[in-house]
Amino acid sequence: MGTNSNGFNKKILITACREALYKLNPKVQVRNPVMFIVLIGSLLTTGFVLRDAFQGSAGNTTFALQITVWLWFTVLFANFAEAIAEGRGKAQAQALRQTRTQTQAKKIIHDKPQVVEAASLRKGDIVLVEPGDLIPSDGEVIEGMATVDESAVTGESAPVIRESGGDKSSVTGGTRVLSDWIKVAVTANPGETFLDRMISLVEGAKRQKTPNEIALTILLVGLTIVFLAAVATLYPYANYSGVSISITVLVALLVCLIPTTIGGLLSAIGIAGMDRLLKRNVLAMSGRAVEAAGDVDVLLLDKTGTITLGNRMATEFIPAAGVSMEALADAAQIASLADETPEGRSIVVLAKQKYNLRERDLTTLEAEFIPFSAHTRMSGVNLKDKVIRKGSVDAIQKYVREKGSELPENVKFACEGIAKSGGTPLVVTEGSKVLGAIHLKDVIKGGIKERFKELRQMGIKTVMITGDNPLTAAAIAAEAGVDDFMAEATPEGKLALIREYQEKGMLVAMTGDGTNDAPALAQADVGVAMNSGTQAAKEAGNMVDLDSNPTKLIEIVEIGKQLLMTRGSLTTFSIANDVAKYFAIIPALFSVAYPAFGVFNIMRLSTPESAILSAVIFNALIIIALVPLALRGVAYQPLGADIILRRNLIIYGLGGLVAPFLGIKLIDILLVALHLV
Amino acid sequence: MITDVLLFIVFFVLLLLMAWPLGRYMAKVYSGERTMFDTIFLPMEKTLYRLAGIDGAQEMNWRQYAGGLLIFNILGMAAVVAIQELQAILPWNPEGLAAVPFDLAFNTAASFMTNTNWQAYSGETTMSYFTQMAALTVQNFLSAATGMAVAVALVRGLTRKNTKHIGNFWSDMVRSIIWILLPLSIVVSMLFMQQGVIQNLSPYVTVDTLEGGQQTIAMGPVASQEAIKELGTNGGGFFNTNSAHPFENPTPLTNLVQVLSIFLIPTGMVFMFGNMVKDRRQGYAILAAMLLLFSVSLGGLYASEIYGNPITGHGLSEPTNMEGKDMRFGTNGSALFAAVTTAASCGAVNTMHDSLTPLGGMVPMLQMMLGEVVIGGVGAGLYGMMMFIMLTVFVVGLMVGRTPEYLGKKIEANEMKMAIIAILIPAVTVLFGSAISVITEAGLAGLNNTGPHGLSEILYAFASAAGNNGSAFAGLSANTLYYNLMIAVGVLIGRFGVIIPVLAIAGSLAEKRVSPPGPGTFPTTGSLFVLLLAGIVVMVGALTFLPALSLGPIIEHLLMLQGMTF
Repeated sequence: MGTNSNGFNKKILITACREALYKLNPKVQVRNPVMFIVLIGSLLTTGFVLRDAFQGSAGNTTFALQITVWLWFTVLFANFAEAIAEGRGKAQAQALRQTRTQTQAKKIIHDKPQVVEAASLRKGDIVLVEPGDLIPSDGEVIEGMATVDESAVTGESAPVIRESGGDKSSVTGGTRVLSDWIKVAVTANPGETFLDRMISLVEGAKRQKTPNEIALTILLVGLTIVFLAAVATLYPYANYSGVSISITVLVALLVCLIPTTIGGLLSAIGIAGMDRLLKRNVLAMSGRAVEAAGDVDVLLLDKTGTITLGNRMATEFIPAAGVSMEALADAAQIASLADETPEGRSIVVLAKQKYNLRERDLTTLEAEFIPFSAHTRMSGVNLKDKVIRKGSVDAIQKYVREKGSELPENVKFACEGIAKSGGTPLVVTEGSKVLGAIHLKDVIKGGIKERFKELRQMGIKTVMITGDNPLTAAAIAAEAGVDDFMAEATPEGKLALIREYQEKGMLVAMTGDGTNDAPALAQADVGVAMNSGTQAAKEAGNMVDLDSNPTKLIEIVEIGKQLLMTRGSLTTFSIANDVAKYFAIIPALFSVAYPAFGVFNIMRLSTPESAILSAVIFNALIIIALVPLALRGVAYQPLGADIILRRNLIIYGLGGLVAPFLGIKLIDILLVALHLV
Repeated sequence: MITDVLLFIVFFVLLLLMAWPLGRYMAKVYSGERTMFDTIFLPMEKTLYRLAGIDGAQEMNWRQYAGGLLIFNILGMAAVVAIQELQAILPWNPEGLAAVPFDLAFNTAASFMTNTNWQAYSGETTMSYFTQMAALTVQNFLSAATGMAVAVALVRGLTRKNTKHIGNFWSDMVRSIIWILLPLSIVVSMLFMQQGVIQNLSPYVTVDTLEGGQQTIAMGPVASQEAIKELGTNGGGFFNTNSAHPFENPTPLTNLVQVLSIFLIPTGMVFMFGNMVKDRRQGYAILAAMLLLFSVSLGGLYASEIYGNPITGHGLSEPTNMEGKDMRFGTNGSALFAAVTTAASCGAVNTMHDSLTPLGGMVPMLQMMLGEVVIGGVGAGLYGMMMFIMLTVFVVGLMVGRTPEYLGKKIEANEMKMAIIAILIPAVTVLFGSAISVITEAGLAGLNNTGPHGLSEILYAFASAAGNNGSAFAGLSANTLYYNLMIAVGVLIGRFGVIIPVLAIAGSLAEKRVSPPGPGTFPTTGSLFVLLLAGIVVMVGALTFLPALSLGPIIEHLLMLQGMTF
């Protein structure tokens, strides 16, 4: 629940208590078959208690009353668990809703903006958004450029730039334009916008059960039916054997045996899993994708931004034969002074750090800066007396050849060496005289190698996707420690690679942002689109990362795994609990008719009534006790399946066997001390 | 004591030595690979197909497979009823036995068709030689082959990918019989005849006894039925006393051969599974879980019998319980037989299970209640255990943080639903069948004992029916209209209520892709998996039946210790 504020927590708790009561409505309760059975059992025992109260009975009415009360608590506790999981999302949805209400839009009708209600906008409408306006709906920027405050959606306060064309053209309804203006083509009908989907997701109102949740529910229903049969047939068997058992006790036995612990917490686990994603600013469009994330076998990661820092950095100057290091550094620095690209800045920084060359003022040098052009593929400066250019090996070679010169052998050799090591060579020339090469290096993100090692231990293969040539790619792949790489990647190539892995039965996850990533995102089992990306990419993926941080994929996988582990662990715990409950209840049921059964009362529970009541109370309390675990998820560490399994079996399997023995005994002692039995 | 344990060890060693090669051989047979007997068997197979107009290579989806299986079995059952009703006018009836009453005939037909072989009749006073051979022995082969076919179809579902096809039912049936059941039966029946099991069509013999009285000794073609009775885990004896009859099971050696024969094919099928999934360790793990459960059962049963009944023991002899046991086989041979026959859903008996000590008697009952997966019936043991494997990998597999999978196949809602149905149906049948019987007059009328022992008898009968075992806790008079119908319904539900979901799983698994195993997948070969699988089997069975068993054998045992019997 975080530590943000206690008032917030209290509010959620109070709402959850109210919700727990509301969820008693059979129409709502029936969504959870295990707890529905408990509800029916509670109604049944309540009926008996009322009948006894009015008619008077020979039986132990206080005992039946206590059982009944605790059965009701069992249902309420389970409802409370679900409500508290939903609570956080509900509060968030409330905040989101406020941004959505009463937005006005300037719809372009016959080239004139006209103010309309945002809610009336349909797909294909075009709106004008000016500074201070809320963007009324999701859309694509078709004209203009603006800075947009997306904090309402992402929580990130720094404004972002949105412009027409390219990969930064998508805007989200509910965000605010800060400067300039844009024309936006609406891409979503009311009720289908990103904000709408986000609200319904965090609210959990339209939460669909996920495939694994459905399968687990089937298992739990199966167990419930078995126990229902076992308990229902116990009545005739007991009759035959001359043992009298009241319906209230049979209901108590049934509720203790059916998997109420996992049944009561199952939906809370699911909601909490989605919530954990949301806390990391990832919006999963379906729970299915979260589960699939736990199963991922292959991660396709874009090199840039995920494995390496976005930009290459200059790390070394290599002068041509007969040129001094200082001369090269000096020329490189002058050529880069006006170059605002990160590469250019890094050259200036390197010159300063290594050769103590201070930045000079271009105007005093009377220099004319020649920016990079796609045509010449060079940049540089024209000074009074000299012309300096820097560019790729090919571009400079072409440039100097035209001037009747050649690349010196040692520069050529150095460039090949740089390329082989995964770097990018940049050649600097003054007129026709080549001065030397600059080593631009991809800088691997700190800690990424360790992450990949973890992933490998989890059994997940990492594949780096890059547009670089195979040589460069191989070098970076080796340095970063990925398992495989795909060089000179094209959108088609990516798609084919995903299909190839899927053909082998593997589940593939990838991140993407561009429109050309959309097919691959759609094909991948888990496709995480960057929020900064295009609308097409966001539609194609099944998750959106609001922080646009490609490394997030690793966390998503962990959350998926944690979700499944929590389900498995609590199921095991729930079933293991039954052993102790049998040891409490069976002797209590039969030891009146057959005192010999006392030998099985290994917990030495004081009376049959207190034994049964203790088991019922334990069964109810354990749900509440495990709510924090269900919300937090079981601890996850990236280790092999074998180790994880052993650890969880000991904690939840063995723990599930032992805990109720202790718990039931303790409750029994308390009940006796309080004279409740 | 030491010789007893020695017998058990010899049994295990011989079993594994024989089942291992059989498993490899069966894998070849069902995969259509070459075997050394093809020159003899292939022409037989082709002739059969030509006569029946069947294309054995035609692949079927699970619905077609199940359809073929159901039609074939229904027709087989009808034939068994018809032969019983007409036996008076059919040949080989030297004793002139009359038509079998319809309810008994129906019960017998359902029981033999489902590989149960519950016998509410006495063979020597009810069935003609023709009925024994043409109806019952034939069904012994067919029902065994049916079980094997279903298991093989399920294994195919696990190994194939992206297909709806799980094999051809007719081909699996024919190959089971020609390549496996017939040759083994011939060898074993020869051995039995050498040891003194009779094989004739003569009228019953009347002899003067030493005391001067007269005794009728029943005859018949016993050896030919005896071999398949064990090999096919059928268990229907030629005579009423089954394998306790000297003409069925004359010597300690035949006793050993019989228990080995019962386990041979079910054990071999687990090895076959390992071969067919191209990872033998998968098979070893399943077998280890089965043998672990069996060892516990056998140990428990044997210990309980050795401990005996302290009431009869005092001052008379050692307390070791010999009531209902044959001196030829002793406590060891009897305990082994009782444990084997109920572990493997065979149901042949050489001991009166009714006379076992309360806890000793609970072991066979519990083995049946567990769903006949402790080794289990031919084919049925493997596919029954697969349902528990689905359950195990589902519950436990989640704990490693992946959606559950087995052999690379995802276990999803559909598989879970079918596996649960397959496990649920027999259990619920036992519970409700017994419950109805203890509250109805017709049900209680069959009881020869009162108190907890009476409840045990009824529980045993329905566990035997739903588990398709067929052995009886003899104290129940089961040849009544009520029990004939109830048990018949029980065996049918217990058989097809499992087979159909199993085939549905086979079909849905075959359609799935296979994810390769990695360090992140739940390993299903190690000792941990073995323990978990055995644990889940016991947990499900124990949690389901503990209340009922408490009022039956458990309380009977406690009361026995206080000096009370029933």
